[in-house]
Amino acid sequence: MSTEMIAGQVLYPGSAEGPLLKLTAPLSFWGGVDPATGEIILGSHPERGRSVSGSILALADPIGSSSSSSVLLELIHNRVAPAAILLGTPDAILIVGCLVARELGLKAPPILVVAREWLHTLPNGRLSVSDGMVRQIS
Amino acid sequence: MELTSDERAIAGGARGEASAMAMRIVAETGRLLGADRLIPVHSAHIDGCLYHGDAGVLFAEKLVELGGQVAVPATLNVGALDLLHPKRVRLDDRRRDMALRLMRAYEALGCKPTWTCSPYQAGHRPPAGVDVAWGESNAVAFCNSVLGARTNRYGDFLDIACAIVGRAPRYGLHLPEHRRATMLVDTSLLSAALRNLDAFWPVLGAWIGRNAGSSIVAIDGLQTFASEDRMKALGAAAASFGAVGLFHVIGVTPEAKTRADAFSGHDPEVTVQLTSEMVRIARGWLSTSSSDQVDAVAVGSPHLSFEEMMTIADLVDGRRLSLPFYAHTGRHVLKQLEERGKLADIEAAGVTVVVDTCIVVTPILPAKSGVLLTNSGKFANYAPGNTGWSVVYGSLSECVETAVQGRLVRDEALWS
Repeated sequence: MSTEMIAGQVLYPGSAEGPLLKLTAPLSFWGGVDPATGEIILGSHPERGRSVSGSILALADPIGSSSSSSVLLELIHNRVAPAAILLGTPDAILIVGCLVARELGLKAPPILVVAREWLHTLPNGRLSVSDGMVRQIS
Repeated sequence: MELTSDERAIAGGARGEASAMAMRIVAETGRLLGADRLIPVHSAHIDGCLYHGDAGVLFAEKLVELGGQVAVPATLNVGALDLLHPKRVRLDDRRRDMALRLMRAYEALGCKPTWTCSPYQAGHRPPAGVDVAWGESNAVAFCNSVLGARTNRYGDFLDIACAIVGRAPRYGLHLPEHRRATMLVDTSLLSAALRNLDAFWPVLGAWIGRNAGSSIVAIDGLQTFASEDRMKALGAAAASFGAVGLFHVIGVTPEAKTRADAFSGHDPEVTVQLTSEMVRIARGWLSTSSSDQVDAVAVGSPHLSFEEMMTIADLVDGRRLSLPFYAHTGRHVLKQLEERGKLADIEAAGVTVVVDTCIVVTPILPAKSGVLLTNSGKFANYAPGNTGWSVVYGSLSECVETAVQGRLVRDEALWS
């Protein structure tokens, strides 16, 4: 049952459910995430070693490489992508990974922009994302 | 988002299925980002030719099968192979085959096989004020900042889609009002010697990358120190440590002839006076090893210019290197070096010249990891995660001296 709801701006539509993985530092998917496994590999990243696979990934600041769209596409193709991505700012690079996945007949994760102050206060645990809403699942 | 009748016809297949798919991707991205319409672009730089996995190959080959061709001049970024020196890259046969298929697919789409992340030093220099669609984060930063042409940070796939339809969504850095500086970074308190040190520039870039957020930075105090290669190094670090797609150097770059010009007559929203202590801290972000051990040296991210390769030759000065030393550049520079008879000298000294690719995008470094010395902010950022090697950051002269002497050579006086 939903106990809390926040609204986001839909950058890529869809619905998903999974455990929250809140990143505490900016991340570039290319150079930051292993496209074969979903593991965070950036040497200096606080969440290094965690996997984005199946998570509701809260990423306030997507940064860095323009190859991040490729890495997201490979994650989707390898079935180790996040279940959904919540960004603090719109990002064209990640959207394109989803659009190309769709052109190739693959299911891509929804991407939402959520106000930063809400991203930071998201409760740990399972969340669902649908129709631009993020809900806590109790 | 309004498409013209011509654009709607392309989306409907009037120019074939590849153009229709490309138009769907361009228009849908524009719609999701809130663009009102598409604009023509004059050129593209394509970052999608680097192999990350099989889905990217499927996409590129699908465009080829559907008859895709670029509508504007397009250069290619690095691939996962050094096509001139195939043995440099340790990919297994299957990946090597897929990486090559990907590179060939982008050539078949009509892109120029430049295979460089410094296309702006290989003759691809759009004039100030024109709209282009470029990928590769350092090339985007250089194109916007140093050339004054207008591009967003185009991710893989969107770059080729824009090139095929010759259009891009009108938003972000294509709009003059989004190019105005909002944050002033003043370096004038730093010593002239520090500002005149090549190795300072990637450190400044890393600081800006970590601190600018979505602000557009104008840097003051560099008028007499800026060079193209230094701004290239700054932009590459800023774009990898952050999401910087445009910076201004007051008195140097085309949209910042004066401070008022950079800020379009507004006051900065944020002003930061950079101190030597802030530089010292930022310099620390570029090293993950504090030991004196060094096992290899890598320079050239972005790909080295002809002048930078000649500087390496001068610093080596006929001596023999005792550590592996990887210098990355483009074919355009290789040709110039050969013409001057310098390539043989550089290679005879023990420098491994890598073209078409680099150590952080494909396995070139020995599999048994160690400590890598580099003068590149971008290598320093990505090498630990992508290669497993630790990194130490130093100047180009420290890189060469270390490789000659086989032990870490430091000159701390440079940083005072």
